[in-house]
Amino acid sequence: MSHEKRGLEFYLLAIFFIVFVLFLYGPLSAILILSFQGPDGGLTFPMNGVSTHWFFNLFEKQAVGDFGASFRRSFSLGLMVMVVTVVVSLLAGLAFRRRFRGSTVLFYATVASLVVPSIIVSLGIGVVFQEGGLKPAWYSSAFGAHLTWTLPFGVLIMFAVFNRFSPAYEEAARDLGATSWQTFRHVVLPMIAPSLIGVGLFGFTLSYDEFARTLMTSGTYNTLPLEIYGMTTNVTTPVLYALGTVTTLFSFTIILIALGIMTMLSRRQAKTD
Amino acid sequence: MRARQRNSLPLVGRVGEGSFLSPPFTDRMNDQIPKGQGMATIAAETEENGQSARGGRGLRLSPSAISYLQATPLIAILGFFFLLPIAMIAVVSFWDYDFAGLYPDFLTMNYTDTLGSWVTWKTYVNTLKFTAIVWSLTLVIGFWVAYFLAFHIRRTSTQMILFLVCTVPFMTSNIIRMISWIPVLGRNGLVNSTLIQMGIIPQPIEWLLYSDFAVVLAMVHLYTLFMVTPIFNTLMRIDRSLFEAARDAGASGWQVLWNVVIPLAKPGMAIGTIFVVTLVMADFSTVQVMSGGQSASVALTMKNQMSLLQYPAAAANAVVLLAVVLLMVAAILRVVDIRKEL
Repeated sequence: MSHEKRGLEFYLLAIFFIVFVLFLYGPLSAILILSFQGPDGGLTFPMNGVSTHWFFNLFEKQAVGDFGASFRRSFSLGLMVMVVTVVVSLLAGLAFRRRFRGSTVLFYATVASLVVPSIIVSLGIGVVFQEGGLKPAWYSSAFGAHLTWTLPFGVLIMFAVFNRFSPAYEEAARDLGATSWQTFRHVVLPMIAPSLIGVGLFGFTLSYDEFARTLMTSGTYNTLPLEIYGMTTNVTTPVLYALGTVTTLFSFTIILIALGIMTMLSRRQAKTD
Repeated sequence: MRARQRNSLPLVGRVGEGSFLSPPFTDRMNDQIPKGQGMATIAAETEENGQSARGGRGLRLSPSAISYLQATPLIAILGFFFLLPIAMIAVVSFWDYDFAGLYPDFLTMNYTDTLGSWVTWKTYVNTLKFTAIVWSLTLVIGFWVAYFLAFHIRRTSTQMILFLVCTVPFMTSNIIRMISWIPVLGRNGLVNSTLIQMGIIPQPIEWLLYSDFAVVLAMVHLYTLFMVTPIFNTLMRIDRSLFEAARDAGASGWQVLWNVVIPLAKPGMAIGTIFVVTLVMADFSTVQVMSGGQSASVALTMKNQMSLLQYPAAAANAVVLLAVVLLMVAAILRVVDIRKEL
């Protein structure tokens, strides 16, 4: 394992790893290339010329339904889910630092929310809204449905973070006379900030791409993944790939921004050490 | 101590720098405690001070009350959007329905219809088949990818970058990642046209896309990450000196792998298994898109019933599926204590 020389095992596993990465990214790059298909090109290779025709096509309403509006809905929903996930997970993480009556039940309820099939949660919320006389909408029922998927991730991450967090820092701050709020704001928060960005990233991307839980809960207006799912059955031009390219690049941008903030925060943390 | 330094925030700032154990500070702390009491006592005392100080201004709260307050948003959200809906499904599964609406009742018809039909059983067998195949593939692939990252990459920064390379696709749309197989596997797709050009096959292979093969391939593509991450996590925590000890005791490479690495990686494998099994058991979109409507899964049946507004029938199906999934998870949880693994 910690060999001095790279053995045969290393090269075999390195090849395996490279094949795995190609397997992950290969198909994605195929639709990236095909989205630049010429105006007469089809859904498969070969390329029939190179153009940005399908990207322009994307923004014409009649071609793909209302892509812009569904994108705006998914984006706002992602932001809402992100903020709530970060705040609620942080609070729950703090709560779980002490054992309280019912903490085990709450913990397993959180895990259950992760393992219960998405479509069941979707159906359940749909029926609750229908029987309760509430109107399902992306900002109410779908919002809640997404939270049942993002919160377990957030809570488990915070749980792991606080498992490794030494209480010595807080004790020292308190000994120096800091109030609970000061201890939290100036000691705890800066140390867990990178993890909180991570939770936010999970919250946003999981919601932005969420599909099965939105199915029964989105109400009248579609979110972007629902719109794309609808397109898989009735759109037969490379505009589908153009949409895939645009949303994937958007996801990559979000991930890069979040990673950038995370490295910046941990560098700042390291500098003060 | 508290009172004297109440407003010494600059000091608090320096606490985070790890200077709180510097000699002058520890000396001062030791002056304040009677001889014979250790650090543990200080910790306990400050803990109490800190707790009571929380409610110091205005109302005073007990520690467990604070925990409850902090957990309230989570309890409220899970209660309304998770527990209530599941309870509602259980109730509705006994209701009557027609094309116009749902009628509260206590019928077992939805269950007898579901469990009495051969189609249901076939669908379950098909779903379990997908689960077994995808689980074993993701376990083997995920283990070796994690193993390579954990033990063969020496520099931490390279390790983190390669790990991110594996993680990023997980944060992009599942549906786009599914669609992306179409130009690769299709009748005139990359694989077929390459094989024909090379003269290996005379005509396109038909079963590459819209088949059970395509479903399994896409699921492995979508879900392997859920296996890589927890296994990588457990592998990183293995004490490397165990390997040396095993080698010194005469173990071969395979023996180290089989008797040291794999037993210690079991918790990670168990957590990955929970993810993969529950995701595949609940899958309907991959089965629908990649099989072209030719294959079935339990969740897909539910989805079709839901689009026909047969909610009670779908609810009965949901209860059965939920029971099966929870039993599987309970079985896996016998292998691993999640709270310890985080």
